[in-house]
Amino acid sequence: MATAVRSSEPDVHDVPRPPDRFRDVTLVVATLAPAALLLIILVLFQQAWPSVTHFGLGFIAGRDWNPVTLQFGALPGIFGTVATSLMALVIAVPVGVAAALVLAEQGQQTIRGLIGTGIELLAAIPSVVYGIWALYVLGPWTYEHISGPISDRFANLSWLSEASPRSIFTAGLVLAVMILPTLTAVSRDVIRSIPRGLKENSIALGATWWETTWGVILPSARSGIFGATILALGRALGETIAVTMVIGNNYQIPPSIFAPAYTLAAVIANEFTEATGTLYPAALVELALVLILVTFTVNVIALLLVRSTAARSAI
Amino acid sequence: MNRNTFRSSGSVFAIGAAYALTGLALIPLGLVLIFTISKGLPPVLHPEFFLNVERPVGVPGAGIQHAIVGTVIMVGIASLFAIPLGVLGGIFLSEYGTHRWAEVVRLGCDVLIGTPSIALGLFAYAFFVLPFHHFSAFSGAMALAVLMLPIVMRTTESAVRLIPPGLRESGLALGLPRWRVSLQLIVPAATAGVITGALLSVARAAGETAPLLFTAFGNQFLKFDPTSSMNALPLVVYHDALQPYKELQDQAWGAALVLIVLVLIINLASRYVLRRQLRLVGQV
Repeated sequence: MATAVRSSEPDVHDVPRPPDRFRDVTLVVATLAPAALLLIILVLFQQAWPSVTHFGLGFIAGRDWNPVTLQFGALPGIFGTVATSLMALVIAVPVGVAAALVLAEQGQQTIRGLIGTGIELLAAIPSVVYGIWALYVLGPWTYEHISGPISDRFANLSWLSEASPRSIFTAGLVLAVMILPTLTAVSRDVIRSIPRGLKENSIALGATWWETTWGVILPSARSGIFGATILALGRALGETIAVTMVIGNNYQIPPSIFAPAYTLAAVIANEFTEATGTLYPAALVELALVLILVTFTVNVIALLLVRSTAARSAI
Repeated sequence: MNRNTFRSSGSVFAIGAAYALTGLALIPLGLVLIFTISKGLPPVLHPEFFLNVERPVGVPGAGIQHAIVGTVIMVGIASLFAIPLGVLGGIFLSEYGTHRWAEVVRLGCDVLIGTPSIALGLFAYAFFVLPFHHFSAFSGAMALAVLMLPIVMRTTESAVRLIPPGLRESGLALGLPRWRVSLQLIVPAATAGVITGALLSVARAAGETAPLLFTAFGNQFLKFDPTSSMNALPLVVYHDALQPYKELQDQAWGAALVLIVLVLIINLASRYVLRRQLRLVGQV
């Protein structure tokens, strides 16, 4: 009966619908974001072209940076960028995951709210303010109380020698503080998205909080937390100003984590406005190109990891 | 029994450790705020700090008025572009979220948010400085707009998502076209969330230094013309902090305090707006 009535009337899908112009307009505007991303990469390629053709792949492995003889190589910059970022991760990951565990399930609502607000405010502080703080407060303090004494004590270990207030260590510390909010927020969301039943089963079996966390929650959240870590790594790799102020601006692969070095972003920030000629600015833009391609890859991997975890637990 | 005591005390110890690490995370926040206030307050207490522009080292009465004006102008121009476009793009992501293209746009936004801000500066340099052969506030504003756009889009999307689907369905059931449903029903209902996102992006842009280094460049005079180079609060902090003169370093701390107060006020305002919105949605 019902089917007979429906078939006598025109099917909804047969009625020609007016084109949805609103959708088309918003689609075009929304496309601005991926278009800008693509355009940035193309423009950097174009600007870096003289250097790309002149140095070829040797640019990545080159260790010199000499605007007078026009010898440019990215290796010390890449080393400094990776070293500072890894140091930041080593410090920030345990702290960030612990904070995420506390925020996701521990304690009272008010305490969690306060901690959450605090960590979000940490993300709100501009990077140049972290920079001036690290330059005048953190750097000198760690030099006097941490890196200096350690360096004196283990003078025979070259990777702990030559302590300086501006160093990979100082830059790594600042970066750790700066990536902590990203790490904590994403990890907290991942932990929250784990089905409640898993945790409740574990508690029902008599497991303690720690046993549940270590045996059930962290394993389920593993790939999401890994994604959060990679996402934070992307942020750390690209951070410019705070690092520029405390890295020490020494274009070398330093022997020690307490010694001054340089990062890709810092070289660009310091030298781009003074770069003259064709090859020198092009080499600087090529540094940016290396940086952006690395962060691009890192970010895409991280986002896919975080999303797949969120999607799996949503089912 | 003994083993269970060990297990439960181990767990208590682990909870304590987790709290201790969380507390450790908040120490830098306190330290940054304490030092910026204690070192930045003395210069800020002089009224001429807000009324004068840069002066040569040794001449008293230097101020950062030009930088405050520059930040307001550049963030203003950037907002003019990024907020309307970002809101429209965000509407696409939420209203047509299942569209094949939406996932591409989302990934594009998230990657753009993670793009090093110095690259945005180089991008704006190539587009707006090279062709005109001079630095300009407008090019700085464009770099900031690219920075803000994906943030506004993503926050608008999640704000609109909070609106109960019933509202959209009743609008469509009344025969309203999609654009009227979106712009006259959904977006007004999500205004608070959209404003929150816009404010957060403004706070982010106001604190950014790297995109301005090769675009706005900095200027020691008070400028209102967007085609000339211009100073900004983060640029003052960056340049003066690295100078060997005590006066300039003090000025950098003062500018840092002004910047941090500005950014935190915008942030707290956005949290207040968001909380009201969440309460409203919770009652629906």
